[in-house]
Amino acid sequence: MSTVRIPPVLRENTGGVRSIDVAGGTVAEALADLFGKHPALRDRVTEEGELSRFINVYVNDRDVRYREGLETTIGADDTIILLPAMAGGAR
Amino acid sequence: MSNDQTPTFREVSGAEAVALARDGYRVVDVREQSEWDAGHVVGATLLPLADVPQRIGDVEPDRNARLLLHCAVGARSGRAAGWLTQMGYTNVVSMKAPIGHWKENGGAWEEPVQLLTPAQQRRYSRHLLIPEVGQEGQRRLLDAKVLLIGAGGLGSPIALYLAASGVGTIGFVDDDVVDESNLQRQVLHGTDRLGMLKVDSAELTIRGLNPETNVVKHVERLDAGNVERLIGSYDVIVDGTDNFDTRYVLNDAAVRLRKPVVHGSIYRWDGQITTFVPFEGPCYRCMYPTQPPDELAPACSVAGVLGVLPGIVGMLQANEVFKLVLGVGETLSGRLLMLDAMGTTFDEVRIWRDPACPACGEGVTQAAASDARVAAGT
Repeated sequence: MSTVRIPPVLRENTGGVRSIDVAGGTVAEALADLFGKHPALRDRVTEEGELSRFINVYVNDRDVRYREGLETTIGADDTIILLPAMAGGAR
Repeated sequence: MSNDQTPTFREVSGAEAVALARDGYRVVDVREQSEWDAGHVVGATLLPLADVPQRIGDVEPDRNARLLLHCAVGARSGRAAGWLTQMGYTNVVSMKAPIGHWKENGGAWEEPVQLLTPAQQRRYSRHLLIPEVGQEGQRRLLDAKVLLIGAGGLGSPIALYLAASGVGTIGFVDDDVVDESNLQRQVLHGTDRLGMLKVDSAELTIRGLNPETNVVKHVERLDAGNVERLIGSYDVIVDGTDNFDTRYVLNDAAVRLRKPVVHGSIYRWDGQITTFVPFEGPCYRCMYPTQPPDELAPACSVAGVLGVLPGIVGMLQANEVFKLVLGVGETLSGRLLMLDAMGTTFDEVRIWRDPACPACGEGVTQAAASDARVAAGT
């Protein structure tokens, strides 16, 4: 099992859970397992089957855009980090 | 002071001493290190009086060497000259005059450049003890100009520590007034400042903390029209803004003007921190090429934020500012640090320069190179 870190703005789609174990040998398979557990996440993370432009996906510390995208392979101890931009600051 | 059996030495005036030094006498300063540090004869050797008997053999083994000893007024050098003469040194001269006479007669003298005033040395003494800061580093901090975009949640703790640490100029860009809902985290401000411009409140607080800090108030909102004017004169920009439009506007201008931006963002229990150094590491557009829809990125006013979170994130940002100013350590350039305060965990991901980045990618650098060739007429 790999672990997916759920960013704060998406936790309303997971009932507040911050970290979810998923099965799969690629990012695509892991996300499919994740969406099976939390269907509302699908439309937040992907657009028409592709990764959303608004969310960066990392396997451990590497952005999958610079690897093989959804086909990036993952191992049992890998962590998938979903990272949307955050706006908060001054006011 | 001598009889026929006792070898003797000569005592000379300031003017004679200067002439002897020009004639090739080796100048030996028998004062203490602290006196030496405040100023000394150019080319002199420091040999404090108490060390003379043990160390003169190492400093000058030749008993026939021509030695000109001096101290502050001529007393210590007279004693040292007497000892040397008894030890068999045959050409010893002591300057029996205040050291001021040396200078008045045109003797070469050097004083260290005083980087800090005595008051600054006391105030920043704990910095001066750190090898990576020291007098030169503190001078850099005192000369540094740091612009904070926002005098709110992130700007507050950052400004307090920058000012306390001696950052010389702190600019604020903020057109907001202090609201009751700010006080849970915006520690620059207080209950007695409600309704006051945040930049005015910030100035009051900082003046009380460190009167030496120069506070520059920009009562406006950063936008595409004023961004270059606002950031142009600063060394480091700290981004504590609350919306994506401003972050992109700031990013693009900072890349154009090659200003490092220390980025922080916060949401409830989570924070992100990184440093953008134009053309050395990625920029904000490399990391987030496309602005997310509002519902994915609500501001604090919508989502809420833990009071201490901007404190934690702001301190990490302030730490980045110090490293950029001092030129030491490793910044977060190319790394995004993510804080989860609920679990007290940090994650770190690498961020890369995007060759296709519209702000700092290959198209931009090629255009700049082309411009440079045109400007150079080649």
